[in-house]
Amino acid sequence: MAGPVLEMRSIVKTFPGVKALSDVTLTVRQGEVHAICGENGAGKSTLMKVLSGVHPYGSYEGDILFEGEVCQFRDIRASEQHGIVIIHQELALVPHLSIAENLFLGNEHARRGLINWRETLRHATELLRRVGLDEHPETRVADIGVGKQQLVEIAKALSKQVKLLILDEPTAALNDEDSDKLLDLILELKNQGITSIIISHKLNEIRKVADSVTIIRDGRSIETLDVKAPETTEERIIAGMVGRDLDHRFPERTPHQPEQGATPALEIRGWTVFHPVDQQRKVVDDVSLTVRRGEIVGIAGLMGAGRTELAMSVFGRTYGRYAGGTVLKDGTQIRTRTVAEAIGHGIAYVTEDRKHYGLNLIDTINRNISLTALHKVAKRGVVDEHEERQVAEGFRTSMNIKAPTVFEPVGRLSGGNQQKVVLSKWIFAGPDVLILDEPTRGIDVGAKYEIYTVIDQLAAQGKAVVFISSELPELLGMCDRIYTMAAGRLTGEVPRAEATQEVLMRHMTKDKEVTR
Amino acid sequence: MSTDVTAKSPAPAPPGRSGAAADGGLLGLVLAGLRRNMRQYGMLIALGLIVVLFAIWTDGDLLLPRNVSNLVLQNSYILILAIGMMLVIIAGHIDLSVGSLTAFTGAFAAVLTVQHGISWPVALVLCLLVGAAAGAVQGYLIAYLGIPSFIVTLAGMLLFRGLTEILLKGQTLGPFPEGLQKLGNGFLPEVGPNTNYHNLTLLLGFVLIAAVVWQEFRDRRRQQEFSLDVLPTRLFLLKLTALVAAILVLTLLLASYKGAPIVLIILGALVVGYGYVMRNAVFGRHIYAIGGNLPAAKLSGVKDKKVTFYVFLNMGVLAALAGLVVAARLNAASPKAGVNFELEAIASSFIGGASMSGGVGTVLGAIIGGLVLGVLNNGMNLLSVGTDWQQVIKGLALLVAVGFDVWNKRKSGS
Repeated sequence: MAGPVLEMRSIVKTFPGVKALSDVTLTVRQGEVHAICGENGAGKSTLMKVLSGVHPYGSYEGDILFEGEVCQFRDIRASEQHGIVIIHQELALVPHLSIAENLFLGNEHARRGLINWRETLRHATELLRRVGLDEHPETRVADIGVGKQQLVEIAKALSKQVKLLILDEPTAALNDEDSDKLLDLILELKNQGITSIIISHKLNEIRKVADSVTIIRDGRSIETLDVKAPETTEERIIAGMVGRDLDHRFPERTPHQPEQGATPALEIRGWTVFHPVDQQRKVVDDVSLTVRRGEIVGIAGLMGAGRTELAMSVFGRTYGRYAGGTVLKDGTQIRTRTVAEAIGHGIAYVTEDRKHYGLNLIDTINRNISLTALHKVAKRGVVDEHEERQVAEGFRTSMNIKAPTVFEPVGRLSGGNQQKVVLSKWIFAGPDVLILDEPTRGIDVGAKYEIYTVIDQLAAQGKAVVFISSELPELLGMCDRIYTMAAGRLTGEVPRAEATQEVLMRHMTKDKEVTR
Repeated sequence: MSTDVTAKSPAPAPPGRSGAAADGGLLGLVLAGLRRNMRQYGMLIALGLIVVLFAIWTDGDLLLPRNVSNLVLQNSYILILAIGMMLVIIAGHIDLSVGSLTAFTGAFAAVLTVQHGISWPVALVLCLLVGAAAGAVQGYLIAYLGIPSFIVTLAGMLLFRGLTEILLKGQTLGPFPEGLQKLGNGFLPEVGPNTNYHNLTLLLGFVLIAAVVWQEFRDRRRQQEFSLDVLPTRLFLLKLTALVAAILVLTLLLASYKGAPIVLIILGALVVGYGYVMRNAVFGRHIYAIGGNLPAAKLSGVKDKKVTFYVFLNMGVLAALAGLVVAARLNAASPKAGVNFELEAIASSFIGGASMSGGVGTVLGAIIGGLVLGVLNNGMNLLSVGTDWQQVIKGLALLVAVGFDVWNKRKSGS
């Protein structure tokens, strides 16, 4: 094959307090499809942002060579001028403009500020034919499905004379049919001489389209494998993604011994949810699971597996369109159609996105903590501020929230301390079942340990804990049982004794068939 | 009217700085305290400055008893609206309909009492109910149907203005029964021996001072009990003295003229009541929560739609009350009443520390903001500044106040 078209050498990228990339080297050959895979948060997207100029030259260390030249991109425009085009996970289309208008947005066929519609339509038709999209160029983007929107993005890239196309999890939001079409198109473009980088953790996809795969873990490039070589099996790739056990530490935990015949604290049966906008897409598909008192049950899955969607739709139908399934609490069927009902039945959901869904950042610690159960510190509709303060002080001590007073606005706290406030507010609500969604995301190791300890204590107090996480080591370290999800379905249930990262990853990357 | 600014315990001083302040004596302490509480005290100080400046420029006319009494009467309805508007803005919405609604309820009161001879207490209750109904309809459309508040209330602004003209057939209607007139122009009755002062007003002032002092000491004692940080004793006493002095001066000024206006008593009750609700009631908390972060509030089980609905219903009631006060003050209902009131109320809220994105603000802040505008108005009238320049200066005041707030926030890095 041909020589390298792109070389990224020893890339280091630091954000305040976090080293996102500590040493990544990537070599992409001319005309190949190069896959990049790794766990959530391994640094894949950051690497592509460095390459495309989202993180401009100077904000990272290391060199980028494209077609043999050292590149110093100031912004996306600069990288696009060199023919490097990135298509992000979240599509960057304007829904109320037509396909044609979107294709040439910022790059219009125009003279003296006036758009030449004739040329626009001609060129758009040609581009749509190249990506195999059979839609009129004047159709509004909002009126076509996600799969077709993805094709519009690619057509847009083609209009910019793309040489290197970067696709960040292009099939994450697509159904099987659309995914297949997209992958075929990538192969077709390869025949036309366009090099692609595809970020994905669906191993079957990688096997289908990629020539080589580079594995990234904890901000480092681990290895590059030749996908076509016989020794590159899915197991081999998984082993690379998972790596050795990291130096995470977990509190000593005696595994929960399930009592024979004990009724689960929470049982979900046949839960199915459709996407809020895309009416055809099942985001959660016939999921059933149980959690007993004193038990910590993990849910593992990659991005887009439907874990958060499952949790939020059970918790007051705060996600998507409900399409079936029941929730049982201590063996009795309950209604959880509103958040208030769910809380009333002793269910708490601790969100993965504390800044947007968990906290009122401009308000103080004490008021954030009391919000879920204000009635507990209020008499006849009037809040007893002193009692509220004492409650907050109690949590500040027991959860070790580092803040000068409980009157500190939550927005000024560090991520770890914010997370402790979110946990406090849900513990204050006094639930029997806690659904924790990525409770340690974006916080430092010390704070993680404290949060693990709290989770452990909650289970020891007889609460049922559902622990959603993308970090396999922490699931292995904390859970009594782990469910795995992929593409909205439950793909496995692994007891603590049998759980290893390899086993879990195997279930998580399974696309269709369901075990058990 | 003592609660909000004072009851909020200030953040404790970093040890280094408080030591330095102690060296600078009382003045140093005051300055250090101010620096830490720029947001709370900034506008209060600005209001004080404006009062002093205009007092000087008008050779003291601003603070003549008759003028102070006038100032209260002139601004009472904007202040009533500003209280409701503050709640709306904290909840993350806006209400453009209140000016028209004010005119509409005034017209409705005129039709009831003047044309149909219905007794004024009945008319008053009916008007408040009409205001509640108008607020409820708008609140329903906003909260439950999800139509943006800007649109709904913009429609309401046109609609109620039109209905007012229909109701009045383009005419001015009056005069009102005497009882209703008192709402706009009345004063507390004079009782007891002749003292050159208005006795009931004096009594009320002294009771208020006693209540404030008691409240402040109780708060301080409770804070100490819970080992919270409190103001240094000297600073606390200074603040208390300033507060007492302010109430005393106002009392004496009003008592040496015709006494406290009835609408001032109503306003005082509203400020204390709403201040209490916003600070201490579950309902108030929920308003701050939905304005501060709506998704988080929803996921915390706050019934956001119900809260929004009641915020607008409440705004309707207060707009009706303001409408009655305006009509009573002019002693006539006019189709052109209440024009631009919504903008004055919105400006008051923002000058008083509300945030465009919601979740921030206090009732007392809205009052201070309203008074800043009111004193500017009144002072410029005394100086015979034309309405053209008055508009310009009020516009600048709004810009400066909010600009200061933004600058101050950026400086403190929050």
